[in-house]
Amino acid sequence: MFAWLILAISLYLLSQIVDQTAWRNGGKLFAQPRFWPAVSLGGMAIFAAFHLIGSALSDRIDGRWKEVWLWISSLEYAGWFIAYALIVPDAGYLPTTVVFAVVLALRAGYRKLSTLTIAAASAVFIVILFKTLLKVNVPSGLMYDSLPDGIRQIMLTYF
Amino acid sequence: MLARWDVVIALLVGSIGGVIIGAIPGVGPAVAIAILLPATFGLDPIVGLTVLLGIYGSSMYGGAIPAVLINTPGTAVNALTSYDGYPMTQRGEAHRAVSLAYSASFWGGIFGIICLILLSPVLALVAPMFGSREIFLAALLGIILVILAHRGQIFAAGLLAMFGIFLQTVGLDAVTYTQRYTFGYSFLSSGVNLIVVVLGLFALSQAFFLLTEPDNSPDAKPVSGKMSAGFKELLKHKRVATVASAFGVILGMIPGTGEFTAQFMSYTYAQKTSKNPELFGKGSPEGLIASEAANNAVPAAAMIPLLALGIPGEALTAMMLSVFYVHNVIPGPQLFQNNIDLVYGLYFSLIALNVIVMIFLLFSTNLLTKIIRVPTRFLGVMILLLSFVGVYSLRNSLTDCMIAAGFGVLGLILKRLNLPIVPIILGMVLGGIMEVKLRSAMPRLKTPFDMIDRPIAFILFALILLVLALHIRTLVKEWRAHDPEDDHDLHDSQMR
Repeated sequence: MFAWLILAISLYLLSQIVDQTAWRNGGKLFAQPRFWPAVSLGGMAIFAAFHLIGSALSDRIDGRWKEVWLWISSLEYAGWFIAYALIVPDAGYLPTTVVFAVVLALRAGYRKLSTLTIAAASAVFIVILFKTLLKVNVPSGLMYDSLPDGIRQIMLTYF
Repeated sequence: MLARWDVVIALLVGSIGGVIIGAIPGVGPAVAIAILLPATFGLDPIVGLTVLLGIYGSSMYGGAIPAVLINTPGTAVNALTSYDGYPMTQRGEAHRAVSLAYSASFWGGIFGIICLILLSPVLALVAPMFGSREIFLAALLGIILVILAHRGQIFAAGLLAMFGIFLQTVGLDAVTYTQRYTFGYSFLSSGVNLIVVVLGLFALSQAFFLLTEPDNSPDAKPVSGKMSAGFKELLKHKRVATVASAFGVILGMIPGTGEFTAQFMSYTYAQKTSKNPELFGKGSPEGLIASEAANNAVPAAAMIPLLALGIPGEALTAMMLSVFYVHNVIPGPQLFQNNIDLVYGLYFSLIALNVIVMIFLLFSTNLLTKIIRVPTRFLGVMILLLSFVGVYSLRNSLTDCMIAAGFGVLGLILKRLNLPIVPIILGMVLGGIMEVKLRSAMPRLKTPFDMIDRPIAFILFALILLVLALHIRTLVKEWRAHDPEDDHDLHDSQMR
């Protein structure tokens, strides 16, 4: 399945090379903007074809469709990650991280209060380490604007 | 430079943090470096590099603990350590195995640093002779080696390396100002960011992997005894430790090879030259020393081509290249002229890191056996949350997060299929170098032979041909020795 997918993608990208890259008349071949995409996609297609032949000649592994289903199920966690990235600029880094840590821990199957508390505490530690101490460029959260004056500035700057 | 408080904190974070990260199976230095990389851009270069190198070098010390105690390598490169370390634990010699692993790691680490100190300036003297065509050929040699190093998965490694080269072409071409494979999307005009890809392939994919697997909590028993005892035993095997470290240095310097090849070759050497080869795989101290000394010599050695030529020795040092560029510090011969204080600072930091790690481990091994019991799905949750910091802090871009998530899924698929991720990263880095250097060499070339009319270029070209010829010879020998159906290059990519 993976081998077929990669070969299909490389052939598709190769078919788009004329539309997606330019050709400078009179320029040397190696200096053309099309050269490296052509080399890389051509190489990818050739290696993918050999990889596919190898896969086709290999013994079939039991449960391969269950494996494909597992790949698809990982999209759920990709979705969680994107949701987290979407919510932080609005709800703020600290509250979002704490909530997501606890909710994801529940989703991962943890039910003990001690585990969920450790998840929340770890989330607070992550925020303090990266936002408060290292001052990494993470957005503060539009929600903080509705906080009272004294607390608003602290939350905007440090959390 | 080391007397600054921020450098001291970086030393402690890098060394102790690296040991803990390495000791917890399922994390590893690649995940930690990918997550911390953007956070180090705001720090002084010596501080950022100390943290990252500390994590890289120290993680292999920590990774030996679960490899020896519970037959689960803390990092992938500690896999060979478990071959002999765990059998020693099974016969009640856990303390001996752990202390020997630490001692061998320290020996390899210091050996690698001494080689870095001695060889980098030498290479930097030779480096001005490396023009565009020489660097192009060196990068090409690196791509070929990274593909051939994955024996049994050459076609997969090849297609992934080509994919990496393709990824770095996406976006606006800096010379002709034309778009390449942007499909009209403005967010692709600036190209696919290497750090976003690294975070996706290493960190997010690991989070997805841990979250989709059944939960597991490693259970390591405490170890009693003096951890310094291993040094005495190591001195009885100085030859093995030194040769293994030398393998680590040589293969760490060559772009595309790295710890796995270094460990494998040093283990094979140790077994072939041992008086007791039958003990290998059953608790041989020489086997343990060979694997640990080799893998710990690689980090410092991988810095040699990075500092002297600007060509990274392997994937993790390829990530650290971005720390240099962010601070406008260009690795290469000019680094030794314009930023020699940074270079000396790195040397001393690396030595200090290894000393701090050894002192820490002498007293804290049993504490670490408790820390490594973190359940795997919980780790997955934390890695997912930490990955956000790394991706979002680059450009505050939701698109970057989505791209990273996509690469995370790709990384999971590759891990489940036991296919390598490193060729993609090295393809992006070395492919970019190749394109730039070939373009700048072109105006001076009248015929193709002009590419190799200089001594170093000719030697590099000859090395490329030699490497390819040796590989073909090995394939022919294997084909003659086995039935055609057993050809590993066609089938092993499907084996688990």
